[in-house]
Amino acid sequence: MKYYNREIETMSRDGLFVLQSERLVNAVKRVYENVPYYRAKMDAIKLKPSDIKTIADLHKLPFTVKTDIRANYPFGLFGVDKKQVVRLHASSGTTGKLTVTGYTKRDLEDWSECCARALVSAGIDENDTVHVAYGYGLFTGGLGLHYGVERLGATAVPVSSGNTMRQITLLKDFGATALACTPSYAIYLAESMKEAGVDVDDLMLKTGIFGAEPWTEEMRAEIEKKLHIKAYDIYGLSEVSGPGVAMECSARRGKHVYEDLFYPEIVNPDTLEPLPYGEKGELVFTTLNKECLPLIRYRTRDICTLYLEECECGRTLVKMGRIEGRSDDMLIIRGVNIFPSQIETVLLNIGGMIGPHYQIIVDRQGSLDTLEIQVELSDYAFSDEVREIEKVKARVAHDMQSMLGVSAKITIVSPHSLPRSDGKAKRIIDKRK
Amino acid sequence: MLVNQLAVFLENRKGRLKELAGVLAKEKIDLLTLSIADTEDFGIVRFITTDNDRALSALRNAGFTVTESDLIGIEIGDVPGALSNVLKVLADGDIGIEYLYSYARTEEQKAIILFKVKEVGKALDVLSRADVRVLDRTLE
Repeated sequence: MKYYNREIETMSRDGLFVLQSERLVNAVKRVYENVPYYRAKMDAIKLKPSDIKTIADLHKLPFTVKTDIRANYPFGLFGVDKKQVVRLHASSGTTGKLTVTGYTKRDLEDWSECCARALVSAGIDENDTVHVAYGYGLFTGGLGLHYGVERLGATAVPVSSGNTMRQITLLKDFGATALACTPSYAIYLAESMKEAGVDVDDLMLKTGIFGAEPWTEEMRAEIEKKLHIKAYDIYGLSEVSGPGVAMECSARRGKHVYEDLFYPEIVNPDTLEPLPYGEKGELVFTTLNKECLPLIRYRTRDICTLYLEECECGRTLVKMGRIEGRSDDMLIIRGVNIFPSQIETVLLNIGGMIGPHYQIIVDRQGSLDTLEIQVELSDYAFSDEVREIEKVKARVAHDMQSMLGVSAKITIVSPHSLPRSDGKAKRIIDKRK
Repeated sequence: MLVNQLAVFLENRKGRLKELAGVLAKEKIDLLTLSIADTEDFGIVRFITTDNDRALSALRNAGFTVTESDLIGIEIGDVPGALSNVLKVLADGDIGIEYLYSYARTEEQKAIILFKVKEVGKALDVLSRADVRVLDRTLE
């Protein structure tokens, strides 16, 4: 089996344009009618659904960010009635409010198909047994791949994460031919097998499908050497659906994006201007067929490149390169993921005396990470009363704590006192390194 | 009727007050009053000069954050109990004081009290009924 859905995966670019355009027009109409949040955003810029005629009009639509999903917790962005929702997932990356995603029956069918396409793209067919060691539960990894395996007609081993010794036993006894997990777990599994004296060649494994975290070509080489398999990179994010948004093919040079369902753009993360294929920037997705949680121009914060090229596998779908970073420099403090964009959101919401400029200083005292956020006063609204400044400072501290999930020392500084340089402002000083 | 005061936000960093004074010195502007409210990580410097308009623009040009406020200035006798009397007048009038500072005019045996209130009209009313001398913009 070469393709799971030959028609879509090898469609002409013109055919794809027509399909994407039809779906976008419908998607925009649906969100405008069913999601008050999107309607308000479009009304604010006087954009009507009828202004969107083809995929080329996409750039007219406003962006959506992760905090929009959180601000509408739990179901505010859903585009269907509760009775049509058949499954909920939630991502646990940061603390505080979870990022909730929901699926209708059709959404799950689309998602399962994406995972089935991804498996076939890695050379898997109905004769294979796939050991799914992604976590099962609110996380989309486990169940996403699981239903893809079943959809394809292969055999799923829903082992989930943890209990490595049992995993090794099952890999051997059930004769799994493919392994799906995070690349770091694959390395750990290989090392554990070596320690347990299990010979990799006693296993039937030939393929690995790894994702849910960024990895490198060096890691690929290490995994392939240790497990004697071919390793493929899968990409997805729960907001957009889950694993199976994009997947490598036999060429293993970039991941084909399933752009009949998830339309990708690359934008300049500073100016938000769309960039042509081949240029590096922030990856943005618009879901074209999703009913429950439709997303319009969702900023993933992942930095990568999209490129169109004739692929040896015959797929015509655009490819995305490896994730080369985050547009918002994620920090991990006391085990919690923190994004500068969250800090920005808090400051913009407070406004008034508080300006939008800040600097994050991370340090370590003993074994504890410390976080200081220096916030500039606004140029014009400064009060000469200590109490007023202390009050706004307390509010910043409180709002940061609830947004970030960790406490931060807030320092108020003069306007224009924080270092700026054109383009990339030095926003993070990490003294732990 | 009200006294114009400038206030500058200063981070607690060595040399910042000197920089501020330096700007005024260069413009040959004289400080009439100066008071500093300090906290753990910042201070607010409040002052009145011989030419607040020029001081304001000079400081802004030098990158300082400056804000203007209207204070009530009163002159009282430099004798025990004088401040207490005035504060009683304000308290009886149910007027809260945001902040206050003072300086003495020694030759005249007078003390100048400067303070900020939220309800300016009401405060002026209460003070004039109690025959307290309220100063004008030039502190006279």
